Amino acid sequence: MIFDWAWVADNLGDIWAALAEHIVLTVIPIGLGFLMAFPMALASIRWPGLYSPLLGVAGILFSIPTLALFVVMIPFTGLSKATAIVPLTLYTLLILLRNTVEGLKGVPVHVREAAEAMGYTRTRQLFRIELPLAVPVIVAGLRIATVNTIAYVAITALIGQGGLGNLFMDGFLRQFPTPLIVGLVLSVTLAVTADLGLLGVQRVLTPWQRDPG
Amino acid sequence: MIIFESVTKRFADGTVAADDLSFEVPDGELVVLVGPSGCGKTTALRMVNRMIEPTDGRINVNGQDAASVPAPTLRRDIGYVIQQVGLFPHLTIADNVATVPSLIGWDKERTNERVEELIDTVGLSQEVAGRYPRQLSGGQQQRVGVARALAADPPIMLMDEPFGAVDPIVRALLQDEFLRLQRELKKTIIFVTHDIDEAMKMGDRIAILNVGGVLEQYATPTDLLAEPANDFVVDFLGAERNLKRLALIPVSAVEPEPGPLVSADDPASRAREAAREAGTDWALVSDADKRVEGWVSIDSLDEQETVGNGEIQPFGHFVTHDESLRAALDVMVESPLNVAVGVDEDGRYEGVVTHNTLTGELD
Repeated sequence: MIFDWAWVADNLGDIWAALAEHIVLTVIPIGLGFLMAFPMALASIRWPGLYSPLLGVAGILFSIPTLALFVVMIPFTGLSKATAIVPLTLYTLLILLRNTVEGLKGVPVHVREAAEAMGYTRTRQLFRIELPLAVPVIVAGLRIATVNTIAYVAITALIGQGGLGNLFMDGFLRQFPTPLIVGLVLSVTLAVTADLGLLGVQRVLTPWQRDPG
Repeated sequence: MIIFESVTKRFADGTVAADDLSFEVPDGELVVLVGPSGCGKTTALRMVNRMIEPTDGRINVNGQDAASVPAPTLRRDIGYVIQQVGLFPHLTIADNVATVPSLIGWDKERTNERVEELIDTVGLSQEVAGRYPRQLSGGQQQRVGVARALAADPPIMLMDEPFGAVDPIVRALLQDEFLRLQRELKKTIIFVTHDIDEAMKMGDRIAILNVGGVLEQYATPTDLLAEPANDFVVDFLGAERNLKRLALIPVSAVEPEPGPLVSADDPASRAREAAREAGTDWALVSDADKRVEGWVSIDSLDEQETVGNGEIQPFGHFVTHDESLRAALDVMVESPLNVAVGVDEDGRYEGVVTHNTLTGELD
């Protein structure tokens, strides 16, 4: 028998804990990543010369293999959560920075000029006009980054973190498919749920994009 | 009042978009900046609210040097309407209109009242208040653009091809409505267009600009057509300059000729006499109340009869004194007598407009 329901029933507590850890290891890097990418994006808009170098650095970070980053981190942070969170955060920067900047740049020129001509101050215009209009592109970035991060979290099982990744390891090491399948199903479900959830958030934030009704 | 004092704008690439521009926009007047592309009309407009800063010279807006006022403060007193409208897609129509009131801190109640009033003023139904811009037609969006610009009742308006993006029928409608509105509001307006006909229709005064930001002539439409300053202006005004002039002169501004008018009861000899005096071979026939019934050919009259027994031919069209000489010309061309008969609102005879009347005006 390929799937052992009894194992699932016996290990329900551990499965939930793995799922919870997976969620934490996703939410924290996305949150931190956005907190870093957002000011970087604003700076890139304010001083356009910064955009290329920032994007370049984010791109290099994105291209470093996960394992290599863990190896670099371990002497400083050991096998702690931080060792998992720092690389996962850095990986989100490229997508979040790029989408936030492109979202802001995508605001039509005549809309920006109209705001300027109405007498908006620079800051107020950014927060009242440009950011709301950039929401669809920014959220699109968050969706990609989130789905990516959910996939990457599993790898952190190699340094003793990993959430659902632990179930993969367990199944693999024991040549016992049940935990592997449970981990896979939960991780895909988590990714799909997060993606749809963010899409829902976007719909709530952008009532003006819905069809006329 | 807006005063351009020797304003020059040279862009970083060396292009000159305004070359020593000096002119005044008097309070309550609509001044049109018109010219071919590259003449810097939009640049001139945008220097008023400091979207573009002049390289040299000064622009005085309502008594203060525009450069001495912080740009956002200056702009809140200047309505701005552009061709692409530039409504904020994420805000409802009501919130779009409320933009400037909310920037200058009006309370909710005052803002809501004002928004409701403006939606009426620009001829929209209150139902649009809660909709988003993309749910409106181009013409409706343009109206919202005008309402948004008027929201805080700014003394000055800048309009950059505001009716350029809608079809010709809607454009004419919006122009007419805006002129009606302007007669009430008496805003001081600078209006940019590339269309000389729109300029003639909208402008109290017209500034004709040439490539390189050179002001070729600044005058009222009538003066511009009567005395174009140079060949560029003549060319820009186009081939139908005289027709355009006639379109701007009301029939009431000219002295119509008395014409050979007789009553249907008059003897034929009276008609013959009147025609001879007027140098025509026809006479106009009216009833006792001076209402024009038509005309008779003198040759067709029987000497022993009254005019009324002759064959009275009706007129297809008349002109009234509030119509233009251009309309009179249309009537003349259609009339077998080559004149336009002028009547008052009740159809009573006032005189005839002849070819001589028109050429006399154009000289």
